[in-house]
Amino acid sequence: MTNHKYTELDSLGVVPTGIAGFDQIAHGGIPQNRTTLIGGTAGSGKTLFALQFLANGVEKYGENGVLVTFEEDPEDLVRNVQNLDWHLDEHIDDGRIAVVDVSPVPGEAAISAGKYDLSALISRIEHAVRKTDAKRAILDSVGALFPQVIDSQVVRHELHRLVVALRAMGVTSLITVERADEDGPVARYNVEEFVADNVMLLRNRQESERRRRTVEIVKIRGADHLTGEFPFTIDLKEGLTLSPLATITLSHEAGEVRISSGIGELDKMCHGGPFQDSIILVSGATGTGKTLMASQFMKAGIAAGERTLLLAFEESEAQLVRNAAAWGIDYRGAQEQGHFRIVAEYPENRSLIDHLVRIKQIIEEFKPTRVAVDSLSALERVSNGRSFREFVLGITSHLKSVGAAGMFTNTTDKLMGGESITETHISTITDSIIILRYVEVRGEMRRGITVLKMRGSYHDNEIREYVIGSEGMHIREPFRNVTGILSGSGARTLIDDRAALGELFPDE
Amino acid sequence: MSEMLLQLYVVADNVLSKRAIDNIRDICDQSLKGRVRLEIIDVVKEPDRAEHAKILATPTLIRRLPPPLRRIVGDLSDRGMVEAVLASPADPLQE
Repeated sequence: MTNHKYTELDSLGVVPTGIAGFDQIAHGGIPQNRTTLIGGTAGSGKTLFALQFLANGVEKYGENGVLVTFEEDPEDLVRNVQNLDWHLDEHIDDGRIAVVDVSPVPGEAAISAGKYDLSALISRIEHAVRKTDAKRAILDSVGALFPQVIDSQVVRHELHRLVVALRAMGVTSLITVERADEDGPVARYNVEEFVADNVMLLRNRQESERRRRTVEIVKIRGADHLTGEFPFTIDLKEGLTLSPLATITLSHEAGEVRISSGIGELDKMCHGGPFQDSIILVSGATGTGKTLMASQFMKAGIAAGERTLLLAFEESEAQLVRNAAAWGIDYRGAQEQGHFRIVAEYPENRSLIDHLVRIKQIIEEFKPTRVAVDSLSALERVSNGRSFREFVLGITSHLKSVGAAGMFTNTTDKLMGGESITETHISTITDSIIILRYVEVRGEMRRGITVLKMRGSYHDNEIREYVIGSEGMHIREPFRNVTGILSGSGARTLIDDRAALGELFPDE
Repeated sequence: MSEMLLQLYVVADNVLSKRAIDNIRDICDQSLKGRVRLEIIDVVKEPDRAEHAKILATPTLIRRLPPPLRRIVGDLSDRGMVEAVLASPADPLQE
């Protein structure tokens, strides 16, 4: 009837969901004046997604909304989210959100005696939209209509009519629908053929003995969006949160300010110290002093009066405090002064994505300028390759966005040399890599340190010996006439460097 | 026998609704013989009542009295079904 009008509306663009991270992958939000279908299995979070879209409309964008519930009693729906910061019940009381309750009444199943349509439903929704001047609507979940109405042909036809009506009223809507399994068709009852130019799927898969929740935008008509599955988490405070990992660009402002690593000799090796906004990966076998290095990094932050945060996943807070005291570092005192904080947790306590969300919350709240993670490899234990890389990318980008310096430690499996899986996953993400290695020299176990990479700065290329003394780590002279340290097969060479170079460039 | 209260929720100008109105009037006149009060409610004009009664489909006939409440959807062209449901005190589907 009004085709020209739709063309006009098409150019209006997108409506933000306000769901952290989602709008980035959807390049702004969901299409305005259109209906977007969310498919998902039971417990995939689709109802929560829809409610969050509705609540954010009121809370963040001043847009009223209509909640149409086909399955759950509206009071139950509201009660389920009352602990979140959405104030859904208040918005309903204030008339900013109108509820259209289509949930089945127990014992009042309708008996069919002839042909019918769903004009009453459409009228009720139209009325609710007018009453609240709604710009958003959610329909949760339309699959529940089918057993209620019996004739599925009627439902599909009427849903289509409803979608047209919503569009004509200038409402942006989300329709949720159940899926039988994670990899089957988009939705049961072939709903998507009738209602949606725009489809997304929420999944809740078992992976490495953990739940991995993802959202995927399958199609958005005429609009650009990122493809693939993006992990999200359900948080008791904010609801759904996506880590827009793939959208992260590492083009944060590169400052010129250098800070102290806590080890004077290492600062010299780094041409004055690491940059304020850089992330350092410290990699080495067990016992090489990674935790000590992180402690000295923390000590330098504390001494400079910086807000300093230690995220520990290997040792308890009590152990950390005790060990640091042995190196002359007063964690307890710094904690009491309020600019130092230890967060110690078992990696197994939560999934990696939940760790990431929590870490971000802690960083937002504590606002550190210096953060150590000890160790990344402990967290790697509870992940698979892909989610681990996403995690490191997520935390790196978050630290950079708040301008904090970071040091991550990583334990390699082999005592001598070797490259761990962690390194191959994340070495391109961090700005600097420091390698700690055991070196066998003349039957004696010694330790060597080298700065393998330092983005944007000159750095020492030599492999230096270091010792761990009563006041921490001391870096000494470079190893001479020893090769194969990084590969773990240190061997004394009989010829010195000059002679070696001479052999490479023989006189004509 | 106590009076029956029926409510028919319709959408004006809708073919199915018009047919349902004709059918329920016939049934009232012929089978129920005046022992019935019939109320016709246009859901477009009275959306709050439709909301309150949780009307999903139109036309919907509700037997308010006597209890228990009965719901019949459709244009009521299946008169045998309509009469059976209105006459029965118990849910015919559970028998």
